[in-house]
This record gives sequence, C-alpha cells and structure tokens, in this order.
Amino acid sequence: MKVLVPVKRVVDFNVKVRVKSDGTGVDIANVKMSMNPFDEIAVEEATRLKEAGKVTEIVAVSCGVTQCQETLRTAMAIGADRAVLVETDTELQPLAVAKLLKAVAEKEQPQLIILGKQAIDDDCNQTGQMLAVLLGWPQATFASRVLIEDSKATVTREVDGGLETLALQLPAIVTTDLRLNEPRYVTLPNIMKAKKKQLDVLKPADLGVDVTPRLKTLKVSEPPKRSAGIKVPDVATLVNKLKNEAKVI
Amino acid sequence: MTALVIAEHDNASLKGSTLNTITAAAQCGGDVHVLIAGQNASSAAEAAAKIAGVAKVILADAPHFGEGLAENIAEQALTLASGYSHILAPATAYGKNIAPRVAAKLDVAQISEITKIVSPDTFERPIYAGNAIATVQSADPVKVITVRTTGFDAAAAGGNAAIETISAAADFGKSAFISRELAKSDRPELTAAKIVVSGGRGMGSAENFKLLEPLADKLGAAMGASRAAVDAGFVPNDWQVGQTGKIVAPQLYIAVGISGAIQHLAGMKDSKTIVAINKDPEAPIFSVADYGIVGDLFEVVPQLVTELG
Repeated sequence: MKVLVPVKRVVDFNVKVRVKSDGTGVDIANVKMSMNPFDEIAVEEATRLKEAGKVTEIVAVSCGVTQCQETLRTAMAIGADRAVLVETDTELQPLAVAKLLKAVAEKEQPQLIILGKQAIDDDCNQTGQMLAVLLGWPQATFASRVLIEDSKATVTREVDGGLETLALQLPAIVTTDLRLNEPRYVTLPNIMKAKKKQLDVLKPADLGVDVTPRLKTLKVSEPPKRSAGIKVPDVATLVNKLKNEAKVI
Repeated sequence: MTALVIAEHDNASLKGSTLNTITAAAQCGGDVHVLIAGQNASSAAEAAAKIAGVAKVILADAPHFGEGLAENIAEQALTLASGYSHILAPATAYGKNIAPRVAAKLDVAQISEITKIVSPDTFERPIYAGNAIATVQSADPVKVITVRTTGFDAAAAGGNAAIETISAAADFGKSAFISRELAKSDRPELTAAKIVVSGGRGMGSAENFKLLEPLADKLGAAMGASRAAVDAGFVPNDWQVGQTGKIVAPQLYIAVGISGAIQHLAGMKDSKTIVAINKDPEAPIFSVADYGIVGDLFEVVPQLVTELG
C-alpha cells in the first residue's frame, strides 16, 4: 500500500513573526523555515505504518517555492521513500493546494493520504477536508490514533469534549493532531541517505491546475496589544483587585 | 442575500457555538437560515427557531446524520448552497470538519476562523497564532466561513421562525461512526465558561493537577491546560487551550504554572482579565496578565481557595 504525505514549508514554530510596517504581510525574510509540525507528525505516522509492515511506499509531496525541496529532504530523512515538488512562486491557498494534491494522487494512486490538520502560518485547517471531497474519499480529521487493517482505517479523533472513533473505507484521508505520535529526531546518516533519494519537480501547469489565489489579502496588521498589568504582593490583594477593580468575581 | 448557518447540535439541543455563528451570520447583511441535519433532531430545530434573528430553520432528519459525520452533513448543506450568499459554521472540531468540504465542492475559497465582518465580502482573521490579523476579501459568489466563537456574542432567544423539513441527502457510505468517549464533567464547557482555571507544566503531575479542582469549584470555573501539560499526560487532550487547541475568552482566566508560550497565548489572550501565578518572574505569561503573583503555586493556590472563602 502506498501512502502520500503532503508537507508544507512554514516559518519555524519558535519564531515570533513581525508584521511588516507597510501592512502587506509578515516579514519572513531571513527567518528560520521548517516543516509544519503537524506534517512532521504525518510523515512520522506514515513511517511507523511502513515499519509495521502496513505500508510499502511513502511519497512526500510539497507545493510551493524551490526551497520546499529542503522540506521534502527532511521528510525523506524521517522515512519517505521519494518526493514530488509542485513548484510555483504563486501564493498558494488551500483550495489550490487541494487541487494540486488531487492531481498528484490521481497519478500516484495511494490508498491513504496523511496530512497535518493545519499549517501554523495561515492557520486555515482546510486542505485535508478539501482534498477528501475532491477525491470523493472519506476523511478522519484531528487523528490521535490510526489503525490500518485490510481495506479499512480505524481512526480515533480528538473532538470537543473527548474522543471519537470512525471506520473509513480505503482509500481515505487522515489529518493529524498533536497526540498522534512524537516525531523522531532525524539522524545524520538518514539526512545523507535522503539526499540520494528521488525528488521529482512538476509545475502546476503540468497537472492542469489553476492556482490563482481566490482570497485577496487587503492588509495584515498587528493584533491589539495587551499591556502587562501589575504584580500583586499577596493573595488577599489579588482577590480584592478581582472583586473591586476588575469586578470579575 | 441570505446566510445559511450549519448548526452544531447533539440532536436534542444546540451547541453554544451555533449561537455565536448565528450572530456572525446576521452581520453578513441578509436573512439568516439555520440547517439542522440530525437524527430525531426536531428539538434542536425547535431550539433554533426560537433564536432571535433566525428567519427559517431547515431540518433534514435521517439516521446517517445522527453522529454528525462530515461527509453527510456537508452533502446536505451542498443541496441547499445555491440559494445562499454566505454559508457559515462554527470554528469548532465539528464545523472545521465540514465547512472545507462544502467550499471545495462549490469551488470557492473558505475563510477560516473569522473574528470580524468588515463588509459582506471582507473579513478579519488571525494568522500566525494570532500574532497578525489579516483582512481578506473574497470575490467568490458564495462565502464559506468558519466563525471563531469568541469573536461574536451569542445570539439571544426571542425568535419564532418556521421550520421547514427537507428530504435528506443520501448516505455517503464510506465512513462509519464506531464510538465516542466524552469526558463527563459537572463543570461548564471550556469555550463557554465565564471563568477558566488552567494549569501548565509547572503543575508537575496529574496528581498535582487536582490542586486546581477546589479553586475551579469555588469559582464555578471550567478547567483548561497548556499543551505542555496535555503532552505530559496530566490532563485529557480536549483541555488544551492554544493555537491548535481551544480558543477561549472568558471574563477571568487564571493561568497557574503556565510559562506563556506564544501558542498558548494565542488561545487565551482575548480573555477580559488574566491572572498569572508562576514562580518565574520573567515568565512571558506576566506580559499579558492583568494581575500576577510570583510565587510557588503549591502555596498560592490553596491560599487563594481560602481567601475566596
């Protein structure tokens, strides 16, 4: 069984981004970029399924600029067998990415596609669900546990108030939540091996997909600043302030 | 111009998130219709009909809607989509699961987690864990939107809408509900609570986390946690407050032993009043707290319970 794992190159989660003074976006020049953490969990899960003998091949896919090749090399260092980059300098929105991934899936014919539930840059949480409906496949989003047996995936999902378990017919879409697994550290020998793995580059036009953005960003601004308050010396003062100043208890 | 709200409900009643979504829908400028797709869900439909500002409730009742499977609910919404300028769902696990399916099938962009409606085609939404606010404009004929519930007040009671029953869309059939384990709690729901008491890594263990219970009891508060506390296994997953967990904006948020990583602040910084209890005076949580106490939480929390009387 083949698994497809889409991965996105994003600003590293430790970086606190700055809004550009002209309000056109956030400043990502010279900022550390990494694989979206949820996608790393997706690659790890696919790798564990392969190690458990459930999966024979893992193909990592990324859509975006040339530098996404680095993200794909990381995916291959974790455990992906080969990679596909759909290269474009156009700003890609989730619908366009879902269409590109659909085209790649139709070529690759995977039985399972594991994606991160959301990217930590645009915080959209859309691509997996969009891809599922475009392919006509069932979906299990926000997964904390994935079992593959025969032609079925049994997936436990993190929902408001607890957990929910679904059974999906394969082929299917799974999106990862934080508790699905803890991604391994990539080792130097695996980084070296990843450099030799196959990485194919396509263009959106090769896949016949129009990636023109649908949403126009009019401006990006700083959120309202919350100023630091005061430190109170003791609990009695705190309770007094909460009762009489903030009036919240 | 009419907006359709995909209601989150448990067949018997509406979830609070639906009320905030109705408020957002009303701000889109036209009538508001509410879709209840469920199983034996007439009482949820009746509840929706009583919400002020709702012009019509559409009820689709079938066994395959009972567990809220995204594939089936989205299909039902799609049968109605052509009549609407806006389709909105709450940005909860339920709504996020469904809305992108509707958008992609309609070949339109989705606008996720909006916090403000600037005009019927222009919306504000936080990006980068709330470190920036994007104003985005959609040129699509239908705007498919998920609504961050903390950005909009809950719609009030006081309506008397007609309920129209429609035939159910077919069962998708490739996914099946197996089971659900929901934590039973007498406390208010985390995202709807007026007061939230949250613990972080500083709590040290699942056992120590119980220290917060008397405080939450005293205040009638919901309990939450930072990702670090959840990852360490102190508390269940669905307690997580933050960028990728729950977004809360209570009247009072008490952060105990939470350092204040940006991902956590993204989930609670819109709270009206924030209290931080932490032994590290340099902890970033103090930069957003209205009132901070630097001290050992194992001493401060019991004192606070006593002081509250």
